[in-house]
Amino acid sequence: MTEIVYLLLDGFYVAFQPLNLALIVLGCAAGLFIGAMPGLGSVNGVAILLPLTYLVPPTGAIIFLAALYYGAMYGGAISSVMLGIPGASTAVATTFDGRPLAKMGMADKALTAAAVASFAGGTISVILFTMAAPPLAHIALVFGDPEEFALMMLAFATFIGLGGDDIAKTIFSICIGLVLAAVGFDTVSGEPRLVFFDITNFMDGVKFLVLAIGIYGIGEMLWTIEENTRAGGASQLSKATVSLKRTIANLRELVRSWKTMVMGSVLGYVVGILPAAGATPGSLMAYGIGKQISKDPDSFGKGNVEGVIAPEAANNAASTGSMLPMLTLGIPGSPTTAILLGGMVLWGLEPGPRLFSDEPSFVWGLIASLYVANFFAVVLNIAFIPAFIWVLKLPFTLLAPIIFVLCLVGGYAPTQSMYDVWLMLLFGIVGYLMRKLDYPLAPAVLAIVLGPLAERALRQSLLISGGELSIFVDPVNRPYAAFIMYAALVLLFLPLFMMIRRRLTSGKAASTEPS
Amino acid sequence: MTVRTAELVMAIVMGLFSAYLMMKSAELPYGWIPGEGPGGGAWPFWLSAIMLVCCIVMVVNWIRRTNPPSQDMEAFFPAGVLKNSGSVALVLTLVVGLFNGVELGGVTLLPAIGAYLAIFIFMVFYVGVLGRHDFVKTAIFSISVPVLTFLFFELALKIILPKGVTEPLFLPIFKYFGLGGL
Repeated sequence: MTEIVYLLLDGFYVAFQPLNLALIVLGCAAGLFIGAMPGLGSVNGVAILLPLTYLVPPTGAIIFLAALYYGAMYGGAISSVMLGIPGASTAVATTFDGRPLAKMGMADKALTAAAVASFAGGTISVILFTMAAPPLAHIALVFGDPEEFALMMLAFATFIGLGGDDIAKTIFSICIGLVLAAVGFDTVSGEPRLVFFDITNFMDGVKFLVLAIGIYGIGEMLWTIEENTRAGGASQLSKATVSLKRTIANLRELVRSWKTMVMGSVLGYVVGILPAAGATPGSLMAYGIGKQISKDPDSFGKGNVEGVIAPEAANNAASTGSMLPMLTLGIPGSPTTAILLGGMVLWGLEPGPRLFSDEPSFVWGLIASLYVANFFAVVLNIAFIPAFIWVLKLPFTLLAPIIFVLCLVGGYAPTQSMYDVWLMLLFGIVGYLMRKLDYPLAPAVLAIVLGPLAERALRQSLLISGGELSIFVDPVNRPYAAFIMYAALVLLFLPLFMMIRRRLTSGKAASTEPS
Repeated sequence: MTVRTAELVMAIVMGLFSAYLMMKSAELPYGWIPGEGPGGGAWPFWLSAIMLVCCIVMVVNWIRRTNPPSQDMEAFFPAGVLKNSGSVALVLTLVVGLFNGVELGGVTLLPAIGAYLAIFIFMVFYVGVLGRHDFVKTAIFSISVPVLTFLFFELALKIILPKGVTEPLFLPIFKYFGLGGL
């Protein structure tokens, strides 16, 4: 424990370097801005702005993006409360009570509650993270290729078992991400592979950033345009009265809801660790439990401030939770952390448990920056509520083209190749069409990041075992791999069990029904 | 086209793509090579095979109408959506083409006017035509965005964007900033 404190102090030394501190403030502000824009969330912000981080060293880059991640979680609530449109899917649950509060003239109360709950969620989860990360990384140090592959299967299985999307489409999405990651050269034989239509550019492979910006930048923007067109500008901005006196009174009132904050934070953190779950289901679950444990559950949905606190604490905590597997195991816990992980590879770092021993200043600098980012995000959020409300008044037709330009230039910047820009555009348009048909796209982004690692781990494992797949389920020689793989199999077949159970239950109900 | 039809079309297109991926993967050995392990094509080949199976399942689900898109008889692109999202996608494609030009069989389909002029055109289209903002706003955004892009990417990050026919116009600017070698 003492060692962790010392390492954390070293981390604070890194986080408080003037450049890093400036990046934290800038990241929080950018995140709040992006989060406040309806339809755009942390994943879009991180994908679009990742190419800009070449200006700074890797530690500064990830600190900036992690601060942006936090800021966007805070910012998501602003649009939920003021417009009734979630700033991001992670803030859907915030609309349930945030919007009614705004309609009752208490928008400032909802916004302050969201900011303070986000701060509590972020802080509690980062403390849990600090305590859990080093031991988990230590355990993971003994992991070999079979364990690594099993872990990746577990990450993919969570999408199938818990994602709640069409299973065939989810599996398709995972596989297409993995196959796209295989384009280029076979790393073992050195032979070119999947060079489509003999276009030599494909020998350079398909970069994850191209797919990420395509899907989360261009595709998402096209989707947002469609949503705005369908809504026909029907949303109305609520009025908010903001004053220091009211803010202090609101803050005093929030102390009474500490139980809801702690519940949301712990729940969000745990759910956030799972790759397919993350902040959106975490916040919805926290809302449900918050209602159950509330003294006044009937007022939920009608403007109960605890209905804002529970999901907001949970979505921030989930963002920290999703970083735990990313830093300790090299497995992202959310689409945003998948992009961060891809960024780490771009910056020349090798994700995984060794990061803790090989790059301590990077890891602990990041962890410490999460504490600092939380502080700045809450201060910026409360201090600049009027400024973020002004953001919502900006016409989308002025912001959208700027984001498109950022996507195009951002996609070009890393390799300076038009081939990547064309590919990004293709992914964006196809991704948009697929999204319209309910194809989940987060698994594809996760898969393209993990693809090369998964293939290498599988091939090495099969080489060790002489082609025997039993190496992944051998509880005697590979207990960790077997345990993780069995968990993955359970998750994989969970929808099947559920379907059989549903059929049996409906069959029984039909047979007991009086004729 | 209804959403239901689009669901089928997408499943078939993705199924064909999966089959193509299997074919391309099979250019390398996809079985077990003694002493070397799985062949170089094995990983993508079997994954593409799973993709193909998924597409077949999607078609079966479509026939059985078991998921929401397979039951949805609404238009896949309602008129307003096609006008907005569709036109943006089309103009964006043209703009990317204008970055470096597009040639097909020796015929110039789109001239290479460079990224900055292309971005200017895109901004005019989006802010002025689609957004119907006034002339002043359109001018401010259409000029400032390419200028800021140039300052940030070209001067600060040293990332050279394609300039096409506008290349000579930039030489004095580079000279002014002492970046003649760029």
